[in-house]
Amino acid sequence: MMPAEEKAFKGLKARELPKEELFTQGHRACQGCGGALALRLVMKAVGNRVIVANATGCMEIISSAFPQTAWEVPWIHVAFENAAAVASGIESALKALMRKGRLKKEKIFVLAIAGDGGTADIGLQALSGALERGHDFVYVCIDNEAYMNTGIQRSSSTPFGARTTTSPAGKKSIGQVTWKKNVAEIAMAHHIPYVATVCPTYYQDMMNKVKKAITTPGPAYIHCLAPCPTGWRCSPNLTIEVGRLAVETGVFPLYEVTNGECKINYPHRRLKPVREYLQLQGRFRHLTDKYIEIIQERVKEEIAKLQALEKFSSFYKNALANF
Amino acid sequence: MGKDVLTGVHFLSGNHACVEGAIAAGCRFYAGYPITPSNEIAERMSVRLPQVGGIYIQMEDELASMAALVGASWGGAKPMTATSGPGLSLMQENIGLAAMTESPCVVVDVQRGSPSTGLPTLVGQADVMQARWGSHGDYEIIALAPSSPQECFDFMIKAFNLAEIWRVPVIFLSDESVAHLSERVVIPPKEEIKLVTRKRPSVPPEKFLPFKPGSDLVPEMPIAGEGYRVHVTGLTHNEKGYPDLSAKVHNKLVPRLVNKIRKNADKIVEYEELFTEDAEVILVTFGISTRICRDVIKRARAEGLKVGLFRLITIWPFPEKRIMALAQKIKAFVTVEINLGQVAIEMERIVKERCKTFLIPNAGGAVHDPDEVFAEVKQIVSGLVE
Repeated sequence: MMPAEEKAFKGLKARELPKEELFTQGHRACQGCGGALALRLVMKAVGNRVIVANATGCMEIISSAFPQTAWEVPWIHVAFENAAAVASGIESALKALMRKGRLKKEKIFVLAIAGDGGTADIGLQALSGALERGHDFVYVCIDNEAYMNTGIQRSSSTPFGARTTTSPAGKKSIGQVTWKKNVAEIAMAHHIPYVATVCPTYYQDMMNKVKKAITTPGPAYIHCLAPCPTGWRCSPNLTIEVGRLAVETGVFPLYEVTNGECKINYPHRRLKPVREYLQLQGRFRHLTDKYIEIIQERVKEEIAKLQALEKFSSFYKNALANF
Repeated sequence: MGKDVLTGVHFLSGNHACVEGAIAAGCRFYAGYPITPSNEIAERMSVRLPQVGGIYIQMEDELASMAALVGASWGGAKPMTATSGPGLSLMQENIGLAAMTESPCVVVDVQRGSPSTGLPTLVGQADVMQARWGSHGDYEIIALAPSSPQECFDFMIKAFNLAEIWRVPVIFLSDESVAHLSERVVIPPKEEIKLVTRKRPSVPPEKFLPFKPGSDLVPEMPIAGEGYRVHVTGLTHNEKGYPDLSAKVHNKLVPRLVNKIRKNADKIVEYEELFTEDAEVILVTFGISTRICRDVIKRARAEGLKVGLFRLITIWPFPEKRIMALAQKIKAFVTVEINLGQVAIEMERIVKERCKTFLIPNAGGAVHDPDEVFAEVKQIVSGLVE
């Protein structure tokens, strides 16, 4: 599915932010939950003409149980691995019903929400399938970097060196020994119209990207870093700060890729040392200077790669235009 | 290196006792995926296995976990995974593969309220039939059900031994209540724990047929990399292990897979009886429900009611012979289980007209209330007298 004409969306201004709450208060997330904040912002940006498919995970269990239901839109809880597949079904059914005239023709968005386990591990196959088939939907991965719902087990999205209950740090191990899986890059490899990374600390950037994703025809993938004070072992009042440092140190750069063209939004200044980000969190407390240095090197490398992609993609686009 | 058998008296939860049982049984490979209420097994394994030189890997889903067990089994390890109902459903294709390729392995299923996501943090016992026939085709497995942390430890050793002897996946049907119950667990000295390992090739590689069964219908098992030709397949295979897609070979292979359990059931089946000698009514149960029934029996005996207990230790294979024998003597069987009649249907099939069968069901979320079970048992007993 090729994107049709793109609407000129310039971004929300601070005074234009929607007041309507579609993910409301009263849910039972932990204090300082970055994921719940992210969902609230996502729903503000999407508006109420939407059907949500939510995989099993923290966000499902905190927001759905009676009487703490937080959703003001049609919502379906699916199994762990199939948010993208169920969203595909919803989108196809809407299309078919509208084509046959059984539903009024209008734009109804389809939003799939899953955690990092449901995206990077068990749900990767379903995600890849849905992106490849080109369904018109948005997939938001709320990445808190471990299976927090079941009690902080590692996932393939857990960063190097982090301690979790199944990657314990001790004499035999430094915690997680593999590097975080880059699902945004995997989504990019499907050549879909829109891929972006967001963090609720940068709320305006986040809402703008969600708005862009939802108005882009075809599949869009949004990877959201959601700080989790419970699992990251930091104080709940630091959620926003930790998110900011993740971005400013380059651990989690915010960028968007529109039809193959990459643009880095943040960090837009010189990188801060990763130590500032790591030392706020108990899950990295055991790391020695040696390992912090290894992480620092890796971050530099990844940022350099991303900057190269940014340069190359604009160069490539110009070259194609002048071909 | 840490100790593999933590001899002594401990205060352990069912899940932690499973881990210690597995490690004492020689398990050195764990592949799993987080799911409530089995997480404590994975967590303790991730700490304990590196201490004893084992390997813990967290897989990307349950399909991969179970597939890793098949691979590890043929690599010579005693492998294990732990999951709950939804995870067991995802594992089913590979459990079929393990049954077809005769790969010894142990799958702990900590049952929870179901179907689907159900009640992740509350008890259920509704995976009985899924454990038996969840995968497609005809095959037989062994399933054990513990009722206490001590039994989690003891039966885990039993489970590994059975898997090794009969070369089948063994499903360990724990449940949320047993898993999260903390009790005294006595771990015996290492010398007192009897371990069995799979039959190894008795002839040199050039004469060896990997799927030629012995008199017990179980073939000897080589390990990849030992010099024996190992060709393992989920396709119908002949005694050499190569695919042979003919009705003749299929009708030899599949009946053997089934019969190695059915014909040897007497050697596998285990159960526990209480007051069955003079009982008129016998409660049939397993897992956590056993503890409820023990209480009910005590009360019934105090009131002079002749009620006994038949507790399944192996659910599969089912202790058919003993139940048939008991059915001749008594008036009724009452099945008490936290599902809507999965063992009860098996009881009806076996007992037929020999005596009456009743069911005290419970959809899950909590164990039976002993008062209610006792009241129902009393009613059944009085109904039988009239």
